[in-house]
Amino acid sequence: MKIRAQTAMVFHLDKCIGCHTCSIACKNIWTDRHGTEYMWWNNVETKPGTGYPTLWEDQGKYQGGWERRDKSVGLRLHSRGEGLANIFYNPSLPSLDDYYEPWSYRYSELTNAPAGDDQPVARPISMITGKEMSIEAGPNWDDDLGGSRIYAAGDFNLAVLTDEERQQLFLLERLVFFHLPRICNHCLNPGCVAACPTGAIYKRGEDGIVLVSQEKCRAWRMCVSGCPYKKVYFNWKTGKSEKCILCYPRQETCQAPACFHSCVGRIRYLGTLLYDADGIEQCASVPDHELVEAQRGLILDPSDPQICQKAQDDGIHESIIEAARKSPVYRFVKEWRLALPLHPEARTIPMLYYVPPLLPVAATMEEGKYELGSDLFVDQATGRLPLRYFAALFAAGNEEPVRAVYRKLLAVRLLRRRETVGDIPEEVVQRILNESGSTSQEAEAIYRMTSLATFAERHVIPPFMREMAIEATTDPFERKESAGFGLSRPPKRGW
Amino acid sequence: MADVLLFIVLPYVAISLAIFGGIYRYFNDRFSFSSLSSQLLEHRLLFWGIVPWHYGIVPVLLAHLLAIIFPNWWGVLLGGRDRLTALELVGMALGLLALIGIVILFVRRLVNARVRSVTSVMDWLLLLFLLLQVSLGAYIALTFRWGSLWYLHTAVPWLRSLTFFHPDAAPVLTLPLAVRIHMINAFVIILLFPFTRLVHIFTFPARYIARPWQLIWWRRQ
Repeated sequence: MKIRAQTAMVFHLDKCIGCHTCSIACKNIWTDRHGTEYMWWNNVETKPGTGYPTLWEDQGKYQGGWERRDKSVGLRLHSRGEGLANIFYNPSLPSLDDYYEPWSYRYSELTNAPAGDDQPVARPISMITGKEMSIEAGPNWDDDLGGSRIYAAGDFNLAVLTDEERQQLFLLERLVFFHLPRICNHCLNPGCVAACPTGAIYKRGEDGIVLVSQEKCRAWRMCVSGCPYKKVYFNWKTGKSEKCILCYPRQETCQAPACFHSCVGRIRYLGTLLYDADGIEQCASVPDHELVEAQRGLILDPSDPQICQKAQDDGIHESIIEAARKSPVYRFVKEWRLALPLHPEARTIPMLYYVPPLLPVAATMEEGKYELGSDLFVDQATGRLPLRYFAALFAAGNEEPVRAVYRKLLAVRLLRRRETVGDIPEEVVQRILNESGSTSQEAEAIYRMTSLATFAERHVIPPFMREMAIEATTDPFERKESAGFGLSRPPKRGW
Repeated sequence: MADVLLFIVLPYVAISLAIFGGIYRYFNDRFSFSSLSSQLLEHRLLFWGIVPWHYGIVPVLLAHLLAIIFPNWWGVLLGGRDRLTALELVGMALGLLALIGIVILFVRRLVNARVRSVTSVMDWLLLLFLLLQVSLGAYIALTFRWGSLWYLHTAVPWLRSLTFFHPDAAPVLTLPLAVRIHMINAFVIILLFPFTRLVHIFTFPARYIARPWQLIWWRRQ
C-alpha cells in the first residue's frame, strides 16, 4: 500500500440552480485571453442535453479514457506506437465547431450609426478571424432545454432508455431537466497524462491536481482526445493545451477555487481524500458494475490510526491528514455513500463526485395528508428521469448504487419534513430510514452538511506548506527588482 | 566568386546559424519551440495535406542524409539494376506524395480564413521555400533519371568536403540549373530553421515508447 493525498470535490446537484456564476468566475480569472475565448474550464450543462463540446460523452467519436483489456486497462485513443504514428494528425480531435466559434459584436456600429428609421444592429464578428460571422452555436446553446428536439433528444445517455420512455420524457407536461456543472475531474488515472507523447501533463504529488506544463507542451493535442470529459482544451493562439488548474494559486494561499467560492447555490464541497496509489490499476480494471464500489474502496479512512501512521511514513504531513479527517468529500463519498463519480466507465477514476438530483419528487397533499405516491423508483409520474438514466451517468449502468443514494436522500427529506411540518407519521420515517440503511443521526448530519454548512466546513483546503518548498531556502533577495516571476515571460510565440 | 558564396559560404553560415540559433532558441524561448497546430481550426483539408506531406518528406529526407553519412553502403544498396529501379520508384512516389501534401497545405492556408489568421510571415516564407524545394526535387527526379545514383558522385562528395572542412564545390558546379537551385534552396531552408516552426523536427517525442503511462511530479523540498 502506498498512500497519497488528493484534493477532491463534491457537487450536490439538488442545489444547483444553473446560474453559471461559477463559469463566469472562472472565465474572468483564467480564460479571458486571446486563444482561450472558446474554453470553459468550468461549464454548466443542462441534462438531458448534448453538452459542451457537443456529444462529449460519445467515446466512439472522441476515444477518451480507458478500455478494459484482459486483466488491465488500455488507453482507448492509441497504443504508444499509434500515438507516435498519428502525431501529425490526431483523428479523434474535436474541431472548433464541436465547441463553438467565439464571437464579439462590432459595437461601434451602434454608436456610430447615422440617424434613421431603423434600430441599428451590431453585427457579430469572429474572435478568431475578426470577420463577420453568423452565430450557429454557443457554449450553452441548449441551456434549460432550449432546442430540446435536437439537443436534449441527442443526449448520449438516453440510449439506455426504451423508445417509449424517451417519448414520454419529451411530452410537454413531463419535461424535466437538471444542471450538471463540470470542471476537470483531476483523475487518479488520467487519460490526458497517459495520452501526452511529450510527457508535459502531470499530476502533482502533494494534492493530485493535474496540470499542463506550458513550457513542455509541444502541441501534439493527444490530451484533448485522451480526456473522456473533454476538459483539456487546445489554445490555438499559443499552441499549448490548457485545462482547469483547480485554482492552485488560490488554494496555496488558502482560498477556495474561484468556481467554488462564487457558487450561489453552495453546491460545492472541497476536501482531501487519502487513497491507496498501489490500488489504482486494480480499481480501473474491474467490470463496469463494480466500478463505483471499487472506487470507494480505494479511498482510505483518515481516522484509522494504522492508515495515519502509514500515510505519515509515505511522506504525507500530519496537517494534511488532519484536513482529510475534516473533509466533507470523505463524508459524502465514503461515509454516507451519497456522491457518485461521473461516467466511471471511462476508468480514469475521477475525483469529482456528484450527489444525483432527487428530482422532481411529486408528492400530493390530499385532505391534509402527505402522499408520496407509489414506489418512487418505478413510477414515472414521480421520478420523471428514469433511474437507468442516472445509472448511465453516474454508475456505469449499475442501478444499485444510484437506488441506494436515492433511498437515503428521500429518507433525509422525510425526516426533515417530519421535524418541520410534522405531517408524516414517525413510523413511516423510521421505516424509510431503515430501508435506506441509515439512522436518524446520520440523516441529521447529512441534512446539516447539505443545508447549513458554513464556508469553512464546505471547503477544507489542505495547508500547502509553501514555507517548506525549495524557494523558501533560497536567498530572499535573489528575485529583488526582477519581474517577480523569475524568467516568466508573456506566453507569446515570436516566430 | 558567386559559386564560392553559394556553395561554400552559404552552407557554413546556414549550418552554424541553425545549430547555434536552434540551441539559443531552445534555451531562451522554449515556449515557442514547436509547431503551431491548426487542426482545431480546420481539419478536413489538413488531413489530406499533412499526412501525405510528412509520410512523404521524412523518408526522402532520411535517404538524402543516409547517402551523405554512409556513401559506401548506399553505393552497395544501389548496386543491382533491380534494386536501383525499385528504390528510384519508391523515392519518386514519396516525393510526389510530399508534393501533393504541401500543395494542399499551401492552398489550405490561402483559402481558410481561420488558418490564415494564425499564419505568421515566417510561416509563409517557409512554406514558399518548401514548396519550391519539393517541386524542384520532384522535377529533378522525373527529368534527370537515376538521381539516387548520380547524387552519390556529385552532391555527396561536395557535402562531405564541407563536413570535413576542406570545401570543394567542383563536383556540383556543372550540374543543371534546377539541381543547383535545389541545393542552394536546401541551405536557405536550413538557414530559416531556427527562425521558424521548423524547429519542431527536433521535438519528436520518441521517449513516449518507454515512459510510464502516468507522471507524478513532487515539489522539491
